[in-house]
Amino acid sequence: MNIFEARNIVKAYGNFTALNNVTVSIPENTIYGLLGPNGAGKTTLIRIMNQILAPDQGQLFFKNRALKPDDVFEMGYLPEERGLYKKMKVGEQSLYLARLKGMTKNDALKKLKYWFEKFEIQSWWDKKVEELSKGMAQKVQFIITILHDPKFLIFDEPFSGFDPINATLMRDEILNLKAQGATIILSTHNMSSVEELCDNITLINKSRGVLEGEVREIQNRYKADIFEISYVGESSLFQKSLNSKFELLEQNEKKGIFSAKVKNVMASRDNELLSLILPNVHVTSFHEVLPSMNDIFIKVVESSNLNN
Amino acid sequence: MSIIGPILFAAMFVIPIWVATRESDVVKNIAVIDSSKFLNKIPDSKYIKFYYQPGINITDYKKDWKKYKQYDAVLFIPNIIINVPSSVQLISNEQLNIGLITHIASALEKDLTEQKLQSYGIKDLDQIIESSKTKVNIQTINITETGEKESDVGVNMGLGYMLGLLIYMFIFMFGAQVMRGVIEEKTNRIVEIIISSVKPFQLMMGKVLGIALVVLTQISFWIIMTAILVTFAKLVFMPDVDISQIQANSQSVMSPAGSVSNTQTATPSMNISETQKAFQKIDAIPFVKIIGWFIFFFIGGYLLYGSFFAAIGSVVDTETDTQQFMLPITIPLILGLFVMFYTLNNHDSSIAFWFSMIPLTSPIVMMARIPFGAPNSEIILSAIILIVTFIGAIWVAGKIYRTGILIYGKKIGYKEIYKWIKYKH
Repeated sequence: MNIFEARNIVKAYGNFTALNNVTVSIPENTIYGLLGPNGAGKTTLIRIMNQILAPDQGQLFFKNRALKPDDVFEMGYLPEERGLYKKMKVGEQSLYLARLKGMTKNDALKKLKYWFEKFEIQSWWDKKVEELSKGMAQKVQFIITILHDPKFLIFDEPFSGFDPINATLMRDEILNLKAQGATIILSTHNMSSVEELCDNITLINKSRGVLEGEVREIQNRYKADIFEISYVGESSLFQKSLNSKFELLEQNEKKGIFSAKVKNVMASRDNELLSLILPNVHVTSFHEVLPSMNDIFIKVVESSNLNN
Repeated sequence: MSIIGPILFAAMFVIPIWVATRESDVVKNIAVIDSSKFLNKIPDSKYIKFYYQPGINITDYKKDWKKYKQYDAVLFIPNIIINVPSSVQLISNEQLNIGLITHIASALEKDLTEQKLQSYGIKDLDQIIESSKTKVNIQTINITETGEKESDVGVNMGLGYMLGLLIYMFIFMFGAQVMRGVIEEKTNRIVEIIISSVKPFQLMMGKVLGIALVVLTQISFWIIMTAILVTFAKLVFMPDVDISQIQANSQSVMSPAGSVSNTQTATPSMNISETQKAFQKIDAIPFVKIIGWFIFFFIGGYLLYGSFFAAIGSVVDTETDTQQFMLPITIPLILGLFVMFYTLNNHDSSIAFWFSMIPLTSPIVMMARIPFGAPNSEIILSAIILIVTFIGAIWVAGKIYRTGILIYGKKIGYKEIYKWIKYKH
C-alpha cells in the first residue's frame, strides 16, 4: 500500500516552473529518498506534501484518499532551513511546538520527558536556545519533529550540522522509527546514507522526475558488468588467462594481494571469468561491482541535462 | 511599563509646556546705558536685575567696554527711541533667552505708550483707559439630547491632541513590533516548522491579533488606573460634591466606590471653586463614547497598518532592508498627524472631514474630531470605510506574507510583490 501519492504535480512561480508533472508513490513503512541537484524542486515538492504550498495541478493522496488539511497532524517535518526562537527556553518552546501539532499539554510533557532522557539532554530544559550549539539545537528540533508520533515523516537534510557520533544517533533513530511502522522521506545530498537507509528513491532534475524505483533495482539497472577480483599470484599469468570476452580495467597491488577490475564485455556468464582465472591464481574474493548511488546520480542528471 | 506608562504619557504632555513657559533660574545682570533721559527705570524681575549707569553714553562704553564684563549684557537705549523704537540694542557675548528680551521689550513698550499718551494732555486719561478695558470670557455650552453641559474648547483640544497622538504612536510602536516579530521568525528559520502545523495566514493573524490584545489589556489597565487617580483627586479637591451624581451625569467609566457616598456633607450655599469648575468641564466629556471610539479606531488603524507591517517583515531578511518599504507607510501616518494638528483648530473644515474619511489617516484625524462632537453619521461612515479597507489590506498582506516568509537571500522589489499578490494558492 502507498501511504502517500502525488500524481502529475505542477507548480509554477510566475514564469518559473518548479515542478513539471511530477509523480511519486511512497510505499508504507519504507524510507524513501528524494534526490536531486540544488534547485531541482525537491523543497517545493516537500512543501506541497506538507500543504504549506498548494499545487497548481495534480492530485495528492494520503492513505489512499484525498489529502486533507488535518493530515498535517499525522506528519512530522524537519525542514532544511530550520531554527528555533532564540530567546525562548528549550522546554517551553518544545511544549509550544508540540501543542501546535495538536498534542495535549500532559501528553506533550510526558513524551518530552521520555525523549530528553533518551538523548540525555534533561539539563537543557531551562536553557535558552541561543545558549545551545548548532548540533544541540538540531537534536531539539529532531525531538520536536517526531514527538507527536507521526506515521509519515519528512526529513530534509537531517544529518547536516551533526558530528559523526550524533549523525549515527540520528541514523539509528530513523531506522528505529521505520521499525515502529513509520514511513520516512529523506531528502539529502549524502549518497552514502541513501544507499544505507533508503528502500526507494525518486530523482528530480530540473522540475521533472527522472528516475524512480527501488535502490537495489536501480543499482542493478545501472551496473556495468564489472567484477572485482582479489588474488594472490603472478599478475602476468592473471592477464594471460583473460580472453577477448573480458577486459582488464585496472589492477593494483598491496602487500602481495592484487586487486583487479574486469569488465564482462560480451555479457558472458560470470562463471566463465572465474573458470578462466582459477587455474592460474589463488582467488581470495570475487564480486560484482554495483554502481554507487553517487555515480548513478551524476550519470542520470548529466544525461537528462543533455536531453534537454 | 504598565504602571509607569500613564506617568510617562502625562509627562509627555506636561513637560513641553513646562519647558516653554519656564523662566531661566539663573540671575541675569544687565547694565543699562540710558541716553533717553525721560524713561522710567525698568523694573527688576526675580531673575533679571538692571544696573543703570548714569552719565555714561555709548562712546564711553565702547572705549571702556572691558569694565562691563561683569554684566551678562549691556542695554543701550538711545535718545531717539521715542521716534525710532527699533533703535534699542542689547549687547552681549552670549546667547540671551527669549524671556529676557520679552521682559525688556514689554517694559519699554509700556513706558513709551504711557508717556506718549500723557503727551496728548487729556485729563483723567488713566481712568478713561481703565474703564474702557473690557475682558470677555466666553462660556461655551454644548447642547445634546441629555441636556446642556458646559464645555471647554481648551479641554477638547487637549483631548483631541492626546487621542490622535496616542493612536499615531500606538500604530507605529505596535506595528513595528509585528514587523520585528515576523522578521525574527523568518531569520530564525522557525517559520517553516510552524507553518507545517498552522496556515501562514493563521500565523500572521495570530501575531497581529495577539499584539493587539496585549495592547488592549495595557490600555484598559491605564484607563482603570487613570479613573482611580481622577476619583481620588476629586475626593481630595471637592469632597463636598456627590461623586456618584456627577458620574451619573457624565456617564463616566469610573466605577462608583461604595465608600464614596459617605463623604456627602454638602453645604447648600456653596461657592463653586475653580477646581470644581475644572472637574465639571472634565465631567462634561462623554468618556464612554470617546473611549469606545478610541478603542475602535485604534484596532481598525492598527489592523490596517499592522497587516502592512507584517507583509513588510515577510519580504525582507533583516530589519535594515525594511527602509524602502517603510516609506509608503510612514508618509500617510505622518500626514495624518499633521492634519490632526490642523483639525484641532479647524475641526469642521473640509480637510478635517476628508482626512477623517480616508482610512489611512482616519484613525488619527477622526480621534481629534470626536471630542468636538463630530456627527455620529460621519463617525460611523468613517468606521465602515476603515473596516472594509482593513479587510482588504489583510487579504493582500496575507498573500504577500505566505510567499515572502519562505524566500531567503533575495532582494525583493515592488514588481515582485505585485506578482505574489496575483499567485493562486
